[in-house]
Amino acid sequence: MKIRAQFAMVFNLDKCIGCHTCSVTCKNVWTNRKGVEYAWFNNVESKPGIGYPKEWENQEKWKGGWEKVNGKLELKAGGRVKKIVQIFANPNLPQIDDYYEPFTYDYARLQNAPLSEAAPTARPVSQITGERMEKVTWGPNWEDDLAGEFASRARDKNFSNMEKEMYKQFENTFHMYLPRICNHCINPACVASCPSGALYKREEDGIVLADQDRCRGWRMCISGCPYKKVFFNWESSKAEKCVGCYPRVENGLPTVCSETCVGRIRYNGIILYDADKISAAASADDVQDLYQDHLDIFVDPFDPAVIAQAKKDGITDDWILAAQKSPIYKMAVQWKIAFPLHPEYRTLPMIWYVPPLSPVQSQIDQKTLPTESDGVIPKASAMRLPVQYLANMLTAGKEQPIVDALNRMIAMRSYQRSVHVEGKADLRPLEAVGMSEDMAKEMYRYLAIANYEDRFVIPTSKEEMRLEDYHGFQGQAGFSFGSASSVGISPNSLFPERRLESMEPRKLAPHADDLHDITGERY
Amino acid sequence: MYLTKLIFGIYPYIALTVFVIGSWIRFDNEQYTWKTDSSQLLSKSGMMIASNLFHVGIIMIFFGHFAGLVLPHALWLGLGISDLAHQWVAIIAGLIFGVMCLIGGSMLWYRRMYNPRVRINSRRSDVFIITWLMLTLILGLITVPFSIGHANKGDPAVMLALAEWVKSILLFSPRPELMDQVDPIFRAHIFFGMTVFLVFPFTRLVHILTAPFNYLGRAYQIVRTKRRTA
Repeated sequence: MKIRAQFAMVFNLDKCIGCHTCSVTCKNVWTNRKGVEYAWFNNVESKPGIGYPKEWENQEKWKGGWEKVNGKLELKAGGRVKKIVQIFANPNLPQIDDYYEPFTYDYARLQNAPLSEAAPTARPVSQITGERMEKVTWGPNWEDDLAGEFASRARDKNFSNMEKEMYKQFENTFHMYLPRICNHCINPACVASCPSGALYKREEDGIVLADQDRCRGWRMCISGCPYKKVFFNWESSKAEKCVGCYPRVENGLPTVCSETCVGRIRYNGIILYDADKISAAASADDVQDLYQDHLDIFVDPFDPAVIAQAKKDGITDDWILAAQKSPIYKMAVQWKIAFPLHPEYRTLPMIWYVPPLSPVQSQIDQKTLPTESDGVIPKASAMRLPVQYLANMLTAGKEQPIVDALNRMIAMRSYQRSVHVEGKADLRPLEAVGMSEDMAKEMYRYLAIANYEDRFVIPTSKEEMRLEDYHGFQGQAGFSFGSASSVGISPNSLFPERRLESMEPRKLAPHADDLHDITGERY
Repeated sequence: MYLTKLIFGIYPYIALTVFVIGSWIRFDNEQYTWKTDSSQLLSKSGMMIASNLFHVGIIMIFFGHFAGLVLPHALWLGLGISDLAHQWVAIIAGLIFGVMCLIGGSMLWYRRMYNPRVRINSRRSDVFIITWLMLTLILGLITVPFSIGHANKGDPAVMLALAEWVKSILLFSPRPELMDQVDPIFRAHIFFGMTVFLVFPFTRLVHILTAPFNYLGRAYQIVRTKRRTA
């Protein structure tokens, strides 16, 4: 057993209203620069739809993620030798038009136009060439709120094993929002795809970063990531991706997208897992077992044996406490209402989703829908969103875990309805799904009220205990274009910046955390 | 005379010095600029053919030059390869890979000059280096008929003189006078080739020095910790 902590998130899709505040705040902080104007580290897709970039979920097309070949886990696009052979031209690389051609408008025209009968218009201008574009034909969220014809949206891969034609009819249409960021996977395919070793996972919190200095622009990560969440900055020719807002997270603050979410759908926290189980969990034979195997690598932060091992592996008390209070652990492991996005990619993603309930209001009014015992809230199987669709997205097609989760959420609502509307607690819906009253109350607090301190349980990083020379990191926080995660000194420098010998003690002091004890006894 | 001495006695050392020191400084201080500068994201069409032909061609040409000019002459004789056989191998391999590189490179050059997205986002060094490489290549291909002429006469003297000259440069006793007997087209090709080394650190060519061979032996996953052990 080797315990590691992972910074993770849960997005409660049941409450996402598709306002794109997360996308906009993220863009303003991280990607408002030339070369990444087309890149949205956070975007919100309308489902069903082909998404951003087009058809990103179709791995037959993009070859992202992992697959099992002869019982062994291998990158879907091919192993190391194949990658080197394909390095001169990556056949799986999207073209920028698969995202969209970035554009602005010729606003100056509005002021400079000569006097004319008609009001002047600001025509679109390509941000790549600076030339005027005849027509904008695709954008970052072209399918917003089910825009476009069904035939186009129906190329959505989540329809693959469904009779999708019936959802073409207006009466059967369904819709949900899917906010997406980098999943900071436990078995990241981007890291594995990088020929120069520039992408890496941080041991301390599991955030996956792209080293801007080591990156040589071989562009294998772009296609290797099945979520297409590593972007090629065409100005700098380097890979850029969601940084998990690590300068904020290290200081105990939620990510920008989470902090600004007006629907309070985003939960930030850490979760402990057993690093020794990663490869076994990622290589289950049946893709439908991957969700359960992923759950099984998480460890119980209340278990004394786990706590002892975690401390041995350098995890400090406040991190263990944060893992115990983690909303992620509650929703993913204890309540089992959150699921990983496309576990079949075998990357063990760490942004999990609570599936949306989607009652059919008109049918409820007509009382033609099978309901729970309260006679008001419809059964999970009678929702507008087909369970199979959600299952294709969240459990590699296995419906039962999704139905169970929806039923627990419905039971919680039904119970709360009885308390607030009838004025008398009705425990029958809870009993039907095997939930305790306390759990229902706690779920209500986390899902419906969603207090700030419940949503965000983020321990501060322990830089002072990790670095012998913590002054060496001064001035390196943030999205620097340097070796932000290393001390930034090359041992073979032609012009050494520092005289190492005089800067650092010959004999290093012991690590602070070696002296540290959870009870505080052995300082 | 002085010009020969300058170009074939002194210029090689200037080019090599700038190549080594310049690359080193750039690697040290400008890691962020050390990259392939791929533009495949902006325009993908034709790249599978163009880029692969160009790269495979030019890499094979590089190794061909290395084998013929830098590896010691005695090695080939020791392996039982006569000078004339050596020359024919060089002609045929050079022709095959040269034409591959010419086709791919011409496509890349055309794309660089006339694809609006690529053109407007090209640095001057990008336009310069692909043009210069293509000129060098064309000069190199023009030498082939001359080499065939020599080989048909059973006379490998020019090839041996060139190898001897490279050896003299690498052993720090330059003999520029060896180039006097060589056809002007060879001399032009060599001048263009040396200039590639001179401009190397200032262009995207630096990506060659960090070709990611260590990927082949690396574990897939990389976990970094901030703890420093040294």
